[in-house]
Amino acid sequence: MTPSAPIHPLLEDGRALILVPAYNEEAAIGPLIDEVYALYGKIPILIIDDGSQDSTAAIAKGRGARVLRLPHHLGLGGALQAGYRLAFELGFEFVVRIDGDGQHDPAYVTAMLDAVSHPGVQMAIGSRFLHANGGYTSLPRGLGIRLFRTFLRPILGKPVLDPTSGYVAVSREALEVFSRSFPLEYPEIEALVVLRRRAFQFVEVPVSIRPRLAGRSTITALKSVYYIVHVMLGVLVNILIFDRRRWR
Amino acid sequence: MERLLLITTLIAIALILTVLVSLRRAHIRAEYSVSWLAAAVILLVLAQAPGLLGRLAAWLGIADQPTALLFLVTGVFLAVFYRFSIIISHLRDANIALAQRVAILEFRLENVEDGRL
Repeated sequence: MTPSAPIHPLLEDGRALILVPAYNEEAAIGPLIDEVYALYGKIPILIIDDGSQDSTAAIAKGRGARVLRLPHHLGLGGALQAGYRLAFELGFEFVVRIDGDGQHDPAYVTAMLDAVSHPGVQMAIGSRFLHANGGYTSLPRGLGIRLFRTFLRPILGKPVLDPTSGYVAVSREALEVFSRSFPLEYPEIEALVVLRRRAFQFVEVPVSIRPRLAGRSTITALKSVYYIVHVMLGVLVNILIFDRRRWR
Repeated sequence: MERLLLITTLIAIALILTVLVSLRRAHIRAEYSVSWLAAAVILLVLAQAPGLLGRLAAWLGIADQPTALLFLVTGVFLAVFYRFSIIISHLRDANIALAQRVAILEFRLENVEDGRL
């Protein structure tokens, strides 16, 4: 397959991996893999099948991707950590995570790798708010993001525009941390805090978020409230655990 | 009050019997039965020793002994539930780590067989 975009050297020499968590994404996963291969050629791509009941894993394998099949549904954090663990064990230096529903345009993988391979940077976050056409954000999600921005500003010591973004690239240093310790539920914001409190640096990269390629989001108004409370509690617990460890 | 103490006694005895039967049928593991048996014994002692209950009620500043009994029973069961929450959390962490390890080993095995590792 001839790539339609210049391949990033980290992808070309097999030092970077594209990680795709997927749960019941049989309609979206095939087109997403095709899109990645069309853009960059046959680069390493790992689908983490989080115990799907549909044919997500079979479709991904059929398209030529490597598939890490979890024996049962662990949730996003557990699935991602499994992928980070495997990537770390396999010796990858950089990992870019894109979602299996196709909302993350793989065309920005190169920009994400450029950002995270910069010296002193351990994590790049794809931010829809830095992009002129960053994509639609629902009112509840928009309010939640504003709340998290205010909440996280003093904890992170710098502003973050899109803290809930799952479009993330990490360096091997961050990969090592995530392979040992990773938040299990709604991990994006807590993961940011985990890294920042180890004095790791993050940068935001402009990306565009698309509508899902297929299926519907399972997030409801009630789940949004639960999400906000859960994440805030998780961040506070993370700070307490970290501070306790510092005194040991 | 006497009827409440009698009902509490019956509940405690029923709880002890249920746990012992479950143990005998291997429906519950011995280490997880201890919390329930301890809770049942505490209920039984409170119900069978009104003097102790009275002293505890006075110490807690609760004038009404039935209210004190309900308060203590709630406290005992909250402690049991909290202990089980800790156990469930540990089991969940272990389960996730195990599932991840199984998946990674299976992945490595498949890829060794395919000659990709």
